[in-house]
Amino acid sequence: MLHPGPHQYGQEPPIVELRGVTAGYAGRHVLTDVSLSIMPGDFVGLLGPSGSGKSTLLRCMLGTVDVYGGDVVVEGRSVTRKRPRAGYVPQLETIDWSFPVTVQEVVMMGCTMEHPLFAWHRRPEKERARRIMDRLGISRLAGRHIRELSGGEQQRTFLARALVSNPRLLLLDEPTTGVDIKTRDDVMHLLDELNHEGITVVMSTHEINSVAAHLPRVVCLNGKLTADGHPNEVFTSEILSRTYGADMPVTRYQGITMVAESPHFFGKDNRAPVHTETAATDDS
Amino acid sequence: MLEPLQYEFFVRGLVSATLVGGLCGFIGVYVVLKRMSYIGHGLSHAVFGGAVVSYVMSINFFVGASVWGFVSALLINMATRKRMIGADAAIGIVTTASFAVGIALISRFRTFTRSFDAALFGNILGVTNGDLIAIVLVVTLSAVVVIVGYKFFLFATFDSEVARYYGVPTGWVDSMLALILAATIVVSIQVLGVTMIAAAIVIPPIVARLLTNSFAHMMLLSAGVGAFCGMGGIYMSYYVDVSSGATVVLFSAALFMAVLTFTWFRSRIASARGKAVRKPSLIDLESG
Repeated sequence: MLHPGPHQYGQEPPIVELRGVTAGYAGRHVLTDVSLSIMPGDFVGLLGPSGSGKSTLLRCMLGTVDVYGGDVVVEGRSVTRKRPRAGYVPQLETIDWSFPVTVQEVVMMGCTMEHPLFAWHRRPEKERARRIMDRLGISRLAGRHIRELSGGEQQRTFLARALVSNPRLLLLDEPTTGVDIKTRDDVMHLLDELNHEGITVVMSTHEINSVAAHLPRVVCLNGKLTADGHPNEVFTSEILSRTYGADMPVTRYQGITMVAESPHFFGKDNRAPVHTETAATDDS
Repeated sequence: MLEPLQYEFFVRGLVSATLVGGLCGFIGVYVVLKRMSYIGHGLSHAVFGGAVVSYVMSINFFVGASVWGFVSALLINMATRKRMIGADAAIGIVTTASFAVGIALISRFRTFTRSFDAALFGNILGVTNGDLIAIVLVVTLSAVVVIVGYKFFLFATFDSEVARYYGVPTGWVDSMLALILAATIVVSIQVLGVTMIAAAIVIPPIVARLLTNSFAHMMLLSAGVGAFCGMGGIYMSYYVDVSSGATVVLFSAALFMAVLTFTWFRSRIASARGKAVRKPSLIDLESG
């Protein structure tokens, strides 16, 4: 797994800046008054319960939700004026796996808007796609149907589509949901490598201990921003209770913060909870 | 095989049915993959309503029916995109209401009831040179639009929402598809009939899907299968003396059964040899 490390910021302006943003869909506010700065080279995890606005925050950065207040600036430009050039990886469960499309065809979709007047993809675009596929280890699968791939290969295919346009900002919606432990580990290491190559990564996740705890920076949401910082600062019973609306005891083990995500017996009365400790302790 | 070719009406009908079959197969790929198979059935009925209205108002059939069909398709798209109601419900409401307008007008002005038999069931004898020119025009324009916009159509059909995030103008793509579909149905009515168009739009893409896992190959195969079924159906119509729409659809259905059987045997043989490579199947078209 990844190990959170101190982040070195240069003199560059934020790659993403939200100033008092209120956003949602068809008049319904999902996010209220969110202010957030993401610096170039950041690796940020968005955490929160279902419906807390994680996906909406990602879509804010893509400029595809209704913004009712505030401003979203990506790479120095307001998203309402110009669509930002960000790579986006959707949740795998939203993909139509029966669609007749090969790995190569999916990856090339990332170049669709590069030369919109050309009916077919040009040679430089194909060569770039080939390099990205080589880099992610899926070149040998180019002609395969997407349903014939393993979970990790499927995730890397959609990651390749997001990377083929050389974005500086990579947005991922729950990239580790529904995959096995090995695949999750592979995906997170790959994202860490990309981040070290200079790509800013913002991903949403539901996995507190196995994913978010290993990231350098975590943003907690529950309709509004409830916390922002290093996991060791953010993972406190008070903040998690405010984010999730439930008691979530926190412990520390070998320098890593661990959160008891299901501390109660379900449907059993008068049973002692698994963890009685709610204060943070450090075993290291 | 060559005997019916001595008749001019047959040659005209054969060319029309081949082009219409190919066109329906071509555009049907998008219809089937967007899981809107019912739209072919619904829009053909909606266009029928438009045809009656244009007759009553003394407007050119092609203009009146195309505009009516296009507006119906846009209304369905709009309702679906806004997620006000499901696509199946939107198709059911818009198109049957439109069809009902046609029926109401026919009931009101009974004088021209018999003229619409051909529109309902298809009559290859009634294909005029004007119809043939309209078919050639729609085929040419549809091919140009789909080839030029291939990248957009592929992304928007695969995942409309994410395509929008990548800057693909999905609203325009949907509108263009609605326009092409409406035009396809209008020029197909004389050959296939309102009641048979849906099958001509749905069967060729399904046959093609059984044979390939690639979108580009599926488009070419589907157009080829549609053209082949159009041609085969017209020959069948000549020899068994049955309405052209019915024979084209029966020919398509027979081909579908043959390909389904072939793919079933092929997968059985592959399993027996221990090959684990997954082949396309009907489940692919049903699962979401």
